[in-house]
Amino acid sequence: MHKRRVQHEVQAGSMADIAFLLLIFFLVATTIQSDQGIMVKLPPWDPYHITVPLAHQNVLTVWVNARDELLVRGNRMHIDELSDHIKLFVLNPNQSKEMADKPTKAVVSLKSDRTTSYATYIEVYDQIKTAYHEMWDAESQKLYDRPYTDELTSIQKKVIRSKIPLLISEAEPSDFGKIAADE
Amino acid sequence: MKFAKKRGKTSPAISTASLPDIIFMLLFFFMVTTVMRSAEDKVSVSIPQATELTKLEKKSLVNTIMIGKPLKKYQSLYGTAPRLQLNDKISTVDDIPLFLEKHRVKVPENQRKKIKTSLKVDKDVTMGIIQDVKTQLRKSGQLAINYSARQKN
Repeated sequence: MHKRRVQHEVQAGSMADIAFLLLIFFLVATTIQSDQGIMVKLPPWDPYHITVPLAHQNVLTVWVNARDELLVRGNRMHIDELSDHIKLFVLNPNQSKEMADKPTKAVVSLKSDRTTSYATYIEVYDQIKTAYHEMWDAESQKLYDRPYTDELTSIQKKVIRSKIPLLISEAEPSDFGKIAADE
Repeated sequence: MKFAKKRGKTSPAISTASLPDIIFMLLFFFMVTTVMRSAEDKVSVSIPQATELTKLEKKSLVNTIMIGKPLKKYQSLYGTAPRLQLNDKISTVDDIPLFLEKHRVKVPENQRKKIKTSLKVDKDVTMGIIQDVKTQLRKSGQLAINYSARQKN
């Protein structure tokens, strides 16, 4: 014959403590901040260094030297003026012979030195991207009546980006900073 | 007096039966959102600020290269010049292809084209080492990169 078992009630009082412990563990181990940054697509590696000659008027050369100073087409420039200058260069509202003859042909050539600080480089890169983003915004307002954001469909984005493509060419950096330091 | 009568009564105990449920809900939230801290930092990195930021969506498709000065406790071993950190090891530029390959094999084949490299670089580092890393990445065919930055106010 079976023994009559006494029905115990499960003690749920310590459940909260166990859950608390787990909770605290995950609180400590968690990192919510998401990764964000400036997206860049590098050109594929080409061991032969094939260069495509471009018309002088379509290339805006931006040099950042070892002292974090900016030289745009041979003229010194403050970093805050860069974004406006790029917009002027790409859109070329006055049809100047010195500026890009079409937005699709405009290329920004960025060259830095091996001793340029990363912070300055990122700032310059950010300024270039800001200039293009503003131009895309304006174009998007014109075509679709709203700014260039993720609300646009990918086709609409493609249309805008094909009209004003972001072309940044990065030259091999110079090494003047080191030479200057050695002397 | 009218009010004196209430004194003798004991207040009923608050039921804590639903407390575990509440805690469990919180627990599940954190379990789902948590990402384990992968590796100990050996180089100090303070990322720069920028405005044109893109979010990196899938963490499993991202590998991270950190560049910065070694921390104080590692300086006797590695010096004070900026170094690379891959996973948890201080490495050189030549270790990058193997590092990328090790990450690649873990990713399903149809998603390998979407792999991105996040460069977490200290803002005081100079471009020389970054250029070397970029050249190595290009040689390895890893072309999508992301310069990690914080939102500028």
